Amino acid sequence: MNKTALIIKREYLSRVRKKTFILSTILTPLLFVGIIGTVIFVTVKNIRNEKIAVVDPNGILKANLEGSKSVSYDFRNDIDTSNFNTKGYSALLYPPHTGINQTNNFKVITEKSLSRFANDQIEKDIARALENNIIADSLKIDPRRIDDLKKQAELTSVESVKKGELGNSTRSDFNLASSIGYLTAFLIYITLFVYGVMVMRGVMEEKTNRIAEVIISSVKPFQLMMGKILGIGAVGLTQFLIWIVLIFGISSVMMSFIPAEVLQQVQAQGNQMSGSSAQTSEAIKTIANAQLTLSSVNWPLVIGCFIFYFIGGYLFYAALFAAVGSAVNEDAQDAQSLTFPITMPIVIAIIIMINSINDPTSSLAKWSSIIPFFSPIVMMSRIPFGVPSTVAYWELGVSMVCLVIGFLFTTWLSAKIYRTGILLYGKKPSWKEMAKWIRR
Amino acid sequence: MALLELHNLKKYYATQKAVDDISFSVEPGTIFGLLGPNGAGKTTLLRMITGILYPDSGSILFKGEPFDAMKDVEQIGYMPEERGLYKKMKIGEHALYLAQLKGLEKNEALRLIKEWFIKLEMQSWWNKKVEDLSKGMSQKLQFVTTVLHDPKLIILDEPFSGLDPVNSNIIKEEIFKLAKRGATIIFSTHRMEQVEEICDQIVLVNKGQKILDGSVKEVKQQFKQNLFKIGLDSNTSLENSNVFEVIKENEDHSLIVKIQQGYTPNDVLLHYINQNIPIHSFQEILPSLNEIFIQLVEGTPAARQFQHIPA
Repeated sequence: MNKTALIIKREYLSRVRKKTFILSTILTPLLFVGIIGTVIFVTVKNIRNEKIAVVDPNGILKANLEGSKSVSYDFRNDIDTSNFNTKGYSALLYPPHTGINQTNNFKVITEKSLSRFANDQIEKDIARALENNIIADSLKIDPRRIDDLKKQAELTSVESVKKGELGNSTRSDFNLASSIGYLTAFLIYITLFVYGVMVMRGVMEEKTNRIAEVIISSVKPFQLMMGKILGIGAVGLTQFLIWIVLIFGISSVMMSFIPAEVLQQVQAQGNQMSGSSAQTSEAIKTIANAQLTLSSVNWPLVIGCFIFYFIGGYLFYAALFAAVGSAVNEDAQDAQSLTFPITMPIVIAIIIMINSINDPTSSLAKWSSIIPFFSPIVMMSRIPFGVPSTVAYWELGVSMVCLVIGFLFTTWLSAKIYRTGILLYGKKPSWKEMAKWIRR
Repeated sequence: MALLELHNLKKYYATQKAVDDISFSVEPGTIFGLLGPNGAGKTTLLRMITGILYPDSGSILFKGEPFDAMKDVEQIGYMPEERGLYKKMKIGEHALYLAQLKGLEKNEALRLIKEWFIKLEMQSWWNKKVEDLSKGMSQKLQFVTTVLHDPKLIILDEPFSGLDPVNSNIIKEEIFKLAKRGATIIFSTHRMEQVEEICDQIVLVNKGQKILDGSVKEVKQQFKQNLFKIGLDSNTSLENSNVFEVIKENEDHSLIVKIQQGYTPNDVLLHYINQNIPIHSFQEILPSLNEIFIQLVEGTPAARQFQHIPA
């Protein structure tokens, strides 16, 4: 068997067989789904009905203040700050005493602070009531008609369709694209770190253990380095594949287990926030819309590019991490000061990514998705917006070619540092010395 | 034909002439001792022979042809001084891994490992992890992985450090057996009593330069100081003659004498025979390698100093 393949096999198996790998691989998606489930559960549970007592002797709000499921209003003039609590109200609302349409000086007095959600709701309700008051007053129309007119206007929907997709039945959704971009870019960011550091640790272990010398008497240093990088990369890919299968599997199982009423409650919740009343037909429409938008994403392209940029970015950075690992000894601080120049561009890439996700066609986004230091993260955040509509074919091509050239270069560079560093003990080499190793 | 020839090897580091123009050759089937104080350049020399490092200049011939690390590496077994193993690996798998890296087929490797494990009573180790081994045990494992692929040239850097006398002897016996079967062994150490016991040929390096080269016998002859130990009957009056000089008088009535230039041991014997003093024993005292070693490297500071090497 080829010696590099032997090394890859060892690096791969020794990690995949570890209990921690198996645990983290299985637990991460469970944790992921678990957290989402818990958040939904807690939000649904946590929505209580807040009863608010309104002391409104002047009748400013009476006509138009409408309660909802989460906040209800009682107009009581026999209640004040001393007894609202004992009578079962969580807050007391005082409209201003003077001026019928005064918009400030509304006071909400509470025992303990209300949830942000309830606060927002109260504010919104008051504003709506006042708005209706003012309009009704000045235009002399029935306040109930105002609500009808508003509802009509709220139904407006804006569809943004790219020129190239005009004929398609699919819809592109900026929010969806940006969340997919965000997610995939972050995944690459995390994995670059996790697996890069894993490579560095592995090299450091071999060096401080002095096993490197034994191995290097059988194989070339380059083979040892590449074996390690590729073996750990394969571990990363394995983990991804397991995750994808697990997440899809678990979430489809979860969906079938969520009782229908909970789902409805969640949807009702969502509709309430947007101000319209819950209607089953609308909920179905929303789901249908979500499915339509999800299918608008070119999944094979996104997943294909994700795998390419993961592998490319990993190879690009792992080689550098390996070089650092070979240059330092067990001293963690030495490792830290040498990894800093490598981790810097990864962090910068994340900052550029956050910027480019809001404006995926800006020149910053375009250029930095060609530079191999940033491209795995930045380009990945732009691809879900669509190829070739947002990212031109030539951009994608140049970016990919640059990344390949980039990792070939870092591998070449690192191999030179690694070859010398792995056998050298003692103090941490300076940058100048490392430059000398490269020239040799 | 020599198995290994080194010609004018040089390797300079930034602050040291680690190996400064060293040449020697190693005959097949010999046990060859590479001696020298700490920091003399032994490890650098060995690393060049194993192809880990490239010499700055000079050439290495292996079996008469220029040494090609890629091709010849499978005929070399190298056990470095700084020993390392993957702590988390199982011992059997570890041995198999290293054997496969040396180019052995899996089944062949397994067969050989089992053979060696039985020979060194390590059968029960197979599924244990390396981290469970004591220092001496991992030393044994390391030795097995070094010689497993039946290399023509075996290079051992301090093979006995950390081994108890029993295990030392087991390994020593195996080294002799390997040499008898035709393997050439280069063996680097600064423990001279082992060298005397094991080695046929030695090279002594100091400060990156070769200062001595030859068989153990030759070297001893070369450095002998014409000392003899004479066992006598009783205390005899000490008289110096022009034949010899008494260096030391032992409590058991024996003398250590140094024969003066131009005389032979027979002249000493004649001296006592003529005086009718009975002689119980008469024995040449050859210097131990240890003494030669100390004599030669004396004056070298205990720690090698850094020097400036102009580029």
